[in-house]
Amino acid sequence: MAYIPSMDLVPGVLKGDTRAVARLLSRAENGNEEGRPALEEIFKRAGRAHVVGITGVPGSGKSTLVAKLTAAIRASGRKVAIIAVDPSSPYSGGSILGDRIRMGELVGDKGVYVRSMATRGALGGLARGTLEAVDIVDAAGYDMVLIETVGVGQDEVDVARASHTTVVVSAPGLGDDIQAIKAGVLEIADIHVVSKCDKPDADRTISDLKNMLVLSLGLQPHVPAPLDVGARKAARWQVPVVPTSSVNDKGIEELLKEIDRHGRSLKESGEIVERQAAIAERRLVKASEEMLRDKLEERRGELSVLLKELAARRVSPHYAARKLLTESGFGGDK
Amino acid sequence: MSVAQTKADRIRVIVAKVGLDGHDRGVKIVARTLRDAGMDVIYTGLHRTPEEVVEAAVQEDADVIGISILSGAHMTVFPKLLKLLKARGADDIKVMGGGVIPDEDVVKLKKMGVAEILLQDTPPAAIVDSVRRIVAERGAR
Ligand SMILES: Nc1nc2c(ncn2[C@@H]2O[C@H](COP(=O)(O)OP(=O)(O)OP(=O)(O)O)[C@@H](O)[C@H]2O)c(=O)[nH]1
Ligand SMILES: [Mg+2]
Repeated sequence: MAYIPSMDLVPGVLKGDTRAVARLLSRAENGNEEGRPALEEIFKRAGRAHVVGITGVPGSGKSTLVAKLTAAIRASGRKVAIIAVDPSSPYSGGSILGDRIRMGELVGDKGVYVRSMATRGALGGLARGTLEAVDIVDAAGYDMVLIETVGVGQDEVDVARASHTTVVVSAPGLGDDIQAIKAGVLEIADIHVVSKCDKPDADRTISDLKNMLVLSLGLQPHVPAPLDVGARKAARWQVPVVPTSSVNDKGIEELLKEIDRHGRSLKESGEIVERQAAIAERRLVKASEEMLRDKLEERRGELSVLLKELAARRVSPHYAARKLLTESGFGGDK
Repeated sequence: MSVAQTKADRIRVIVAKVGLDGHDRGVKIVARTLRDAGMDVIYTGLHRTPEEVVEAAVQEDADVIGISILSGAHMTVFPKLLKLLKARGADDIKVMGGGVIPDEDVVKLKKMGVAEILLQDTPPAAIVDSVRRIVAERGAR
């Protein structure tokens, strides 16, 4: 089996060929140097898709909801790519990626691409290569990209910084009171979903969530009503709370409506410019972090002397970092 | 986890259960074994059709498809998988099987192109070795 140069995969990606998309995505995920020029090309061609982050505590029903939502988006004639991120084992570095279990019925549809990714020890809930993966499926012509990440706190922030629209999923009966939602998680949501509303204690979760939103954000959340015409005119985005049930197919259309409405609101209010800038900044920081981590690993052998000095407190961490950066060719001030 | 592991090409294995029998204990044990060996394991759940498995493997860019069959349908399922992969231009994705399969069928299946058949009592280390060997023999792609 011959190695296909990454650059040769680009035309296939741009044509939407699944094999090419999948192969290039692995190159991004593995951080292969060989893939860089191809990813650069792809990056320049991307930027059309609506990127939606979907996050929430483990078991809150994200994958099931993503499958339902995808069916609704497909019904509106758009192509969907799903990137489902799960944590790697901190012990072996391996992972079991199980989100596809809930997405079985999507697999025959040519307009849907599903990719599972492991975090591989990346900080902030997003796997290495996740954002390049978004570029690839975007350039391949998928209209909407859904990024599913597990989050229980600060982790969600990374997702929000990489998405146009962030959906936070809560569910009744997970033992975690809505109070347990950490500060920082409420704020990142553009849309809140309370899933599993077929369950009897869902009403309490909904009202708790709304109370929390009013308290902590001073916002007036509203449950979207079919005749809520005025909402679109609102200058400031009002974070809606959407109850859904994947079992009864309730609230899925409403959720899609809210996601689309948020996408439009970003454009109409001009906020999209700020979001793009925030995403750009995030990506710059993330790419720099990855480069630095790679460099650290590459030079691990030579570092032992410096590390000894550091451990013995003969030099400071700041001094050591500057030395490392300078010697690695990253410059660094004097 | 050391940073080095993020650098190497990680082996991706998709494990699936084809057919009607509803036991996935064996598949889950294999999944855990491979994860503990540092691989990314995509689990697709029960009752998948060969078409679904192949499409999922292509989307996931799997190195290996691991199929568990207890129902006795192996002589139809494996040839079907191989045929579908070929038709998809994806025969760099290797097929492994496990479960209850008679010796004479094992020989036939390997001749057809199934990379390895592991019988039910295969120890974890041997499963890991087989996957690594199959991927190494295939080479870079
Ligand atoms: N009653 C009810 N159960 C649901 C609903 N949606 C999902 N579930 C169940 O909740 C459990 C978790 O669902 P998933 O969709 O896998 O949740 P997840 O948030 O993706 O889970 P992780 O990826 O493991 O964090 C499963 O047993 C689902 O069957 C729903 O609308 N109602
Ligand atoms: Mg999930």
